Amino acid sequence: MRRTVILCGLVMALAGLVLLWVGCGPKATSEPFVVGGIFSITGPASYLGEPERNSMEMVAEEVNSKGGVSGRPLKVVIYDDEGDVTKARLHAEKLLQKDKAVTIIGPSLTHTSMAVLEITQKAKLPLISCAAGLAITSPAKDRVWVFKTAQTDQMAVNRIYQYLQKQGLKKLAILTVSTGFGVAGKEQLLTQAPKFELAVVAQEVFGEKDTDMTPQLTKIRGTEAQAVICWGTGPAPALVAKNMKQLAMTIPLIQSHGAASKKFIELAGDAGEGIILPAGKLVIYNQLPDTDPQKAVCKEYATKYTAKFKTPESSFGGYAYDALRMLLIALEKSGGDQAKIRDELEKIKKFVGVSGVFNMSPEDHNGLTPDAFVMVKISNGQFKFLD
Amino acid sequence: MELAPLLQYLISGLTNGAIYALIALGFVIIYHATTIINFAQGEMVMLGALSAISIYHLYPSLPLAFLGGVALVTLVGIVFERLALRPVRDPNPITLIIITVGGAVFIKGVAMLLWGKEAYSLPSFSGDAPFHLGTATILPQNLWVLGLTAVVLLGMEAFFRLTLVGKAMRACAYNPRAARLVGISLGRMVQLSFALSAALGAGAGILIAPLTLGVYDMGTMLGLKGFCAAILGGLGSSFGGVLGGLILGVAESLATGLISSGYRDAVAFFILLLVLFIRPQGLIRGGS
Amino acid sequence: MNPRKFLNPWVLFGAAALLTAGVLDNDYYLTLINFIGIHALLVVGLNLLMGYGGQISLGHAAFFGLGSYTSGILTATYGVNPWLALLAGLVVCGVTAFLIGVPALKLRGYYLAMATLGFGIIVYIFFTEAHKLTGGPSGLAGIPSLSIGGFKLDTPKRLYLLIWPVLGVILALSANLVDSRTGRALRALHEGETAAQSLGVNTAKLKLLIFIWSALYASLAGSLYAHTLNFIAPSSFGFMFSIKLVTMVVLGGMASIWGSLLGAAVLTVLPEILTMFHDYEVIIFGAILMVVMIFLPRGLVRGLKDLWEFRRYKKEGGIIG
Repeated sequence: MRRTVILCGLVMALAGLVLLWVGCGPKATSEPFVVGGIFSITGPASYLGEPERNSMEMVAEEVNSKGGVSGRPLKVVIYDDEGDVTKARLHAEKLLQKDKAVTIIGPSLTHTSMAVLEITQKAKLPLISCAAGLAITSPAKDRVWVFKTAQTDQMAVNRIYQYLQKQGLKKLAILTVSTGFGVAGKEQLLTQAPKFELAVVAQEVFGEKDTDMTPQLTKIRGTEAQAVICWGTGPAPALVAKNMKQLAMTIPLIQSHGAASKKFIELAGDAGEGIILPAGKLVIYNQLPDTDPQKAVCKEYATKYTAKFKTPESSFGGYAYDALRMLLIALEKSGGDQAKIRDELEKIKKFVGVSGVFNMSPEDHNGLTPDAFVMVKISNGQFKFLD
Repeated sequence: MELAPLLQYLISGLTNGAIYALIALGFVIIYHATTIINFAQGEMVMLGALSAISIYHLYPSLPLAFLGGVALVTLVGIVFERLALRPVRDPNPITLIIITVGGAVFIKGVAMLLWGKEAYSLPSFSGDAPFHLGTATILPQNLWVLGLTAVVLLGMEAFFRLTLVGKAMRACAYNPRAARLVGISLGRMVQLSFALSAALGAGAGILIAPLTLGVYDMGTMLGLKGFCAAILGGLGSSFGGVLGGLILGVAESLATGLISSGYRDAVAFFILLLVLFIRPQGLIRGGS
Repeated sequence: MNPRKFLNPWVLFGAAALLTAGVLDNDYYLTLINFIGIHALLVVGLNLLMGYGGQISLGHAAFFGLGSYTSGILTATYGVNPWLALLAGLVVCGVTAFLIGVPALKLRGYYLAMATLGFGIIVYIFFTEAHKLTGGPSGLAGIPSLSIGGFKLDTPKRLYLLIWPVLGVILALSANLVDSRTGRALRALHEGETAAQSLGVNTAKLKLLIFIWSALYASLAGSLYAHTLNFIAPSSFGFMFSIKLVTMVVLGGMASIWGSLLGAAVLTVLPEILTMFHDYEVIIFGAILMVVMIFLPRGLVRGLKDLWEFRRYKKEGGIIG
């Protein structure tokens, strides 16, 4: 008998919980523009999410201190998906239904973006992803409501191969991480190689959390490879550099843009010297010629970011920074109507951002070219502009 | 098959294996005294590495960082036992597994708040210049890892076989009631075992930090691999644990080099399942 | 008629579910409730294994993933009918559970925990590495929605009308199982394997049965999950999710069918309410596992009830004394 009472109580508590949760639902306000953000602020990809959130909040604060967009304040609502698709999906529903966002910026990763765009497309809500994956914005006819600000791996590979070709190298080994970033990179490295008359003589992979890549590198050492390309993020690429030094390998190591951070130089230490990689212009903006339009934008971003958050700026934060600034233009022109925001985003031309110069079009919702990357070399613990 | 890469695989495998072995020894110590498996053991490794790095940043002396890190984590081990395991009223395996898994998740979360999500580096104990062994190379740090593992193993065997406290600890696992009857303080033995195993874990963490960097989520996988090694070796025996660790490390390295690098982590767990299913008592029967 | 008898949890469950369907018209809350339903399916299954069978599994996310990926791959890549794919998922999970269960369930305690954990990690690595089949770490897109006749279940509300009735049936099935002869045998098993054997229970067969049973629940949940999200990626099926499921079981109370529902609901809703505390989320999970297991080893509901009864007992004792 008592058991039944307890069970009843339990079920009622559950129903109560649901009702309570519903009770604190949306309040109808039309005043501010609500822009949603979904980033991987914690979890394995926090190195992306944290600067992205910071950048978005920074821009919003600045806009509001200057009187908002078309006289209306900007309200950003940011959620953390922890790199988890279930969470990303829930947050997207919440932004759609509860917060009534007019546009969502993010998510930070390819797989979370893919999970979110399933519903934002249906809801006809513009989404500006900060992830690299090609599939997010292509094929363009299926991705009418989706944009992205991060450079695609295609461009980074293109830059690296141009460089290798110039150096006269023919045979290379690739070592990629087994996450979405590494898999996408590997695919591009393999498909573009023939175009540049390069032969991939070894393909190895490593886990995101692996701590010893000497077996893979030993295998590569036994091939005729003239260079190693490593595609990864976080601490692992730094370990690859260290392991190569440990194995006394002398062929050049080329990293991806995933290693384009000051943290990488710090972690790799001496082993980082001489490494070549493609990077957004942000990491070497002060070495750019004054004629480069991105120089001023990068400088402004870097100065403001370091002043506000007391940590070094990162190219990843730039994705959210560019996204929100482009969105502001679209908001101003459209007055907040979702369909018009989308149209205005598509019309953006020659927008100078931190990650490159954007030229959106109905066929291209990323709007960047390989020029968004520069090749840099690490020397004396600093990134050095190559070309 | 060329011999040169094989030697290199072996060096890499033995170094990793020695780390697994050190972590496995941590499991074995606690199991010796309590028949508990502490799933938070991997987090002690992480805490050791990160606290040593923090100490080193405050005061750049490696010996001080090593001792300080070990001391700090030993304290954490004692506190963990006192707060999370001693109050348990019904110590059946499921309860204890869940509590120690919870402890692991909790410690990892706290470490993330304290140190953030970035990785940190620690300088090598004696330089980064590799030695050449024919065509293979070996780092001084690898030798440190291998050497210290050997020392710890011998020390532990001596402790458990020759000293009174060591024998008392084994008695506790073998038959707690009888141990109490002959005047052994069960509580103190359990505490000692947790302290010792935390210290070992921390030592392992600091040893590998120069090779692998330190980051808040490094402990989970290392802990699991260490546990694999302990089970491979039969859980009860220190020699078994070390042997298990070395086999695991070398198998992983060979599988990466000769078969495919994508399934590297799967290799360890595949071996584990195989051993559990075919020879659950481990490769070596428990020592006690 | 005794009104209390009428107010049994089943009636309330049905009423609450109907009420929700009628009142709620917000896709966000419905999505959340759908995820609660899917998690509850998983947790009930795991609870049958852990709470009633006394066997631990630290790799339950693997079966969830196998069900999900079987459904996803068959429908998205090969265009198989989703309902057939769901059945295929059940077969895949059942067979896998049988193959793993036969040797694994000979193990006890830590060994079983480690075997299931190892199995979970291997399956996870398979999802990430078998790119051609699973789409790799970037996930598998283009999974169609379920449909009944011509009625497409492609909105949260329509999905709700599928998931919660299914959950209701599963809950009833589980409650029946627990009260049946098998259920009694299970409880005997939980108390002690030797004792159960001496009572004539075929413990090996029983453990295997309950293991497969819980894997089937997980597979069903996985298929529903794939068709709810229309997209799956390996990160949903990792070690941490297995731990989360165990946390739900523990919080709701071992060997409690309704507790499983509560555990799933609380731990699905809590992170949503506490979004501002996301950095603390893992700490909270860890703390729940420890605190509940140390102080309320029978779960939140029964633990609090025990405390309450203990106090009342003391009070009454005071009156007598």
